[in-house]
Amino acid sequence: MKVTTDTICSDLLKEVEEYSGEKVASCIQCGKCSGGCPMLEAMDLLPHQVMRLAQLGLKEDIMKSKTLWVCASCFTCAARCQRDLDLSKVMEGFRVIQLRQKGGNTMHPRQLTPEQLKDAPQQAIISGFRKYSK
Amino acid sequence: MRYSLYPGCTLKTKAKVFEETALEAAEALGLEMVELEEWQCCGAVYPLAKDEYFPLLSPVRSLAAAGERGEKLVTLCAACHHVFKRANHAIKGDREAREKVTGYLEVDYAGDVEVVHYLEVLKNEVGFDRIREKVKSPLEGKKLAAYYGCLLLRPEKEMHFDDPENPTILEDFIRSLGAEAVQYPYRTDCCGAYLSITEEGLARDTVGKILKSAQRNGVEGLVVACPLCHYNLAKYQESLTDTRGGEGIPVHYFTELLAQALAEGPAEEERT
Repeated sequence: MKVTTDTICSDLLKEVEEYSGEKVASCIQCGKCSGGCPMLEAMDLLPHQVMRLAQLGLKEDIMKSKTLWVCASCFTCAARCQRDLDLSKVMEGFRVIQLRQKGGNTMHPRQLTPEQLKDAPQQAIISGFRKYSK
Repeated sequence: MRYSLYPGCTLKTKAKVFEETALEAAEALGLEMVELEEWQCCGAVYPLAKDEYFPLLSPVRSLAAAGERGEKLVTLCAACHHVFKRANHAIKGDREAREKVTGYLEVDYAGDVEVVHYLEVLKNEVGFDRIREKVKSPLEGKKLAAYYGCLLLRPEKEMHFDDPENPTILEDFIRSLGAEAVQYPYRTDCCGAYLSITEEGLARDTVGKILKSAQRNGVEGLVVACPLCHYNLAKYQESLTDTRGGEGIPVHYFTELLAQALAEGPAEEERT
């Protein structure tokens, strides 16, 4: 990946820090978040890589990443971060940047299967919509 | 002592047995738990974006109602507990959140209702030693294992529930019922939560790791405090079929085992 003044979105860091309340710039890339993440196998960017790309302001690479949508907000990374950063808040920050755009929702009622409607606990369905639709 | 009880949506529909057995066990232990009036859904997830105040309205409305009764608010579902604890934390520590949310709801609430999980009542107010004394049908010889999941434990500085990396409360609970508490590596890992709706394959893989780990350690039953963990762990039992010929590992709400252990056993009933 080539980092140039054209690819760097300088407002991104400020924007995600504002939404998440987390000091993304203070990440030192130790990798403990990625080492303990239970969803790692389904991610195209590892959590510490998202942090680095955010520091560099590479918005497009982050916004197209599947990682934002497979983070289940389990807070394991937050429990282990030596810089006391909560990456689930950072991921939520990036999700809301996308979700608040027109047509940005990634979960729709029609995608629920009859089995899910019959068996899934309300908790699952409400959580899903709260996370993936605004 | 009288407590206000917040059952939450799922316990009134898909996880009725969780509430029923909790009330049964409370009666056996002499705990008075009275359902909060006019409660509504807690919102299921705590809003993680800093400027999202709307999802705090619902939990704060229930918390303010509990405040009027002046009793501790007892939760059962791990998600409800998580949301209430963190909503309280926001109302206490974030002035803008407090002013916006209480102003909109027209309530006077400062985040001071004490929210306690049923397990915390058992540990801190009843005591596991007293539970051991009250058990009439000990679960002797049963190899049970705790599955904590995420929401009760993390983030530690807001939940103050147990050590987030090495919790012991559920193991202590299991032992107080007379069963063996088996340790296995994945007890605090995420089950995939609501990804079972959007990314089924991923949730299946995550649950598979937890179940196989439990199976390798000889676990005969998993003990949970979250309806979504229960759903996921019970749903993806096929991860075990290749190694155990279709036999799964039963998943129990902790209250089911508590009510069972506190009740007279069948042998005793025959005698009376």
